Amino acid sequence: MNRKQRLLTHLLLLLAAAAYVAPLLWMIDTSLKREVQAVQIPPVLIPHPLRWQNYGHVLQDPQFDFSLFARNTLIIASLSSLGAMLSSSLVAYSLAKIRWRGRGLVFGIVLASMMIPFPVFMVPLYRIFRELGWIGTNLPLWVPAFFGIPFFIFLLRQFYLTIPRELSEAAVMDGCSHFGIWWRIMLPLTRPALLVVGLFSFMSAWNNFLGPLVYLTHQSSFTLSVALQVYQSRSGGTSYNLLMAASLLIIAPVLVLFFLAQKTFIRGIATTGLK
Amino acid sequence: MNERITWREQLAGMAFAAPYLIGVAAFLVYPLAMSLYYSFCNYSMLQPAIWIGWTNYRHLLTDHAFHTALWNTIIYAAISVPFTLTLSLLLALLLNQPMRSAGVYRTIVFMPSLVPLVASALIWQWLFNADKGLINAVLRPVLHVLGREILSPLARALDAGHGTVASLRHIEPPVWLGDPHWAMAAIIFISFWGVGQTVVIFLAGLQDVPRELHEAAEMDGAGAIHRFFNITLPMLSPVIFFNLIMGIIGSWQIFDVPYVMTGGGPGRSTLFYSMYIFEAAFNQLRMGPACAMAWIQLLIILFLTVLAFASARKWVYYA
Repeated sequence: MNRKQRLLTHLLLLLAAAAYVAPLLWMIDTSLKREVQAVQIPPVLIPHPLRWQNYGHVLQDPQFDFSLFARNTLIIASLSSLGAMLSSSLVAYSLAKIRWRGRGLVFGIVLASMMIPFPVFMVPLYRIFRELGWIGTNLPLWVPAFFGIPFFIFLLRQFYLTIPRELSEAAVMDGCSHFGIWWRIMLPLTRPALLVVGLFSFMSAWNNFLGPLVYLTHQSSFTLSVALQVYQSRSGGTSYNLLMAASLLIIAPVLVLFFLAQKTFIRGIATTGLK
Repeated sequence: MNERITWREQLAGMAFAAPYLIGVAAFLVYPLAMSLYYSFCNYSMLQPAIWIGWTNYRHLLTDHAFHTALWNTIIYAAISVPFTLTLSLLLALLLNQPMRSAGVYRTIVFMPSLVPLVASALIWQWLFNADKGLINAVLRPVLHVLGREILSPLARALDAGHGTVASLRHIEPPVWLGDPHWAMAAIIFISFWGVGQTVVIFLAGLQDVPRELHEAAEMDGAGAIHRFFNITLPMLSPVIFFNLIMGIIGSWQIFDVPYVMTGGGPGRSTLFYSMYIFEAAFNQLRMGPACAMAWIQLLIILFLTVLAFASARKWVYYA
């Protein structure tokens, strides 16, 4: 690239970055303003005084029990990611490393089922969970994760296929069972991939909205996403400075998680698109 | 490949796959069959389902709200999918340029795709607020100057009517979520903000394009644009195809953002397919029509995917 092209690339990147980060910055900005200042026209760029109290206000709002909703969400997200890692890696091992009749068919089902939209399952699943007495509890939101998530099975299978066959064959010679190979060879060798599965399923449970909206009936069991929507639409409305503070509180854990595991994340997403 | 499969291997394979085999039965095949059955039933979940044949499907033919939801989703998917694909590819090309600060830019473009959609919806609802929102606060003075200094004099010079000249002096920004057309535009626009994951997949694809191909072409005197269309694009086509399929599947299920941001309004201008299914099932307890619509949705997605796969033979290039 010559200098002119370099400059142009930088300029375009700067513009794009500004456009992508602006909404987040404006959210933070609004969350630190007094209500009067938040709706002032023309807009005030730098909040003064800085209203850190907005966060305290959200955290102590008697109608919006943030710590309870955070705990609910954390429990569901942790259990789903545990379930997804455990079940998906077992199934992926079976599809990648054990030769048995029917595994091609099962892999086909894994691929095909990724295409099926959730609304098709919504009503019958609701009925099943109702008959089990699970409606209103968090069980419908994490128990299915223990039965294998197609997308993660697919992802892990691709990783397991790259582990040379000689390795597991040598282990079999030494009298190692499949369970031993899975536990002692596959899991340690593909730890980054497993981490990707854990992260992705944690985040998708954290962000899930439609599931909790359908299955959770009592406010005391709400997750953050659903609670945030209720917070917004409650009678009288919530002012935007508080709404933005609440939004940031929900986004922050996800962003922190991302920055802690940035490399794993990017690599994980990158591999999904390749075959 | 014709080694005999021992019964021990067969058992082990099935045992390891057991969670999914049970899951397929309980959470895939059974619900799928039941929702197909309910789609032919009158069913409220409170009383047993009663078989009524094709009635649910027939009623959908005259259900205006259903037609609106279907049409809105078609419009959304038809605009959002190609534009987000193009935008992500352009961003990936920019981010793929060798420079020191690329990592920071990548992070910034990727971040919004991590934001929970409910929070995204609230942030954008605030940005699109007609009176107090940031977007109109920026647009308003720009439009005023544009109208007063350029458009209005231009109209006068062209001998437009007095009314036109006067109205161009005071152009107001759209009320966005309060206007049926602009509300749809706003929701499409928000989909551009969440392209981070698609960009990362494109980036990975770009890094897999063999450098030798570019070098050889450059030696032969091929320009940058020529190389993009004859090397990068064909080599990237499997990744484009993957993102296209994901885009189709995702866009047909849009729910969170419009549900939180507009509730389907104003009127039914942002009522989308999945929202109407949810409304029919859980607000009106009309499970039969809800399942019928869900099955039609499944068939539409299936049809579009098959179409994409059929077209793939013409344009997807596997090295």
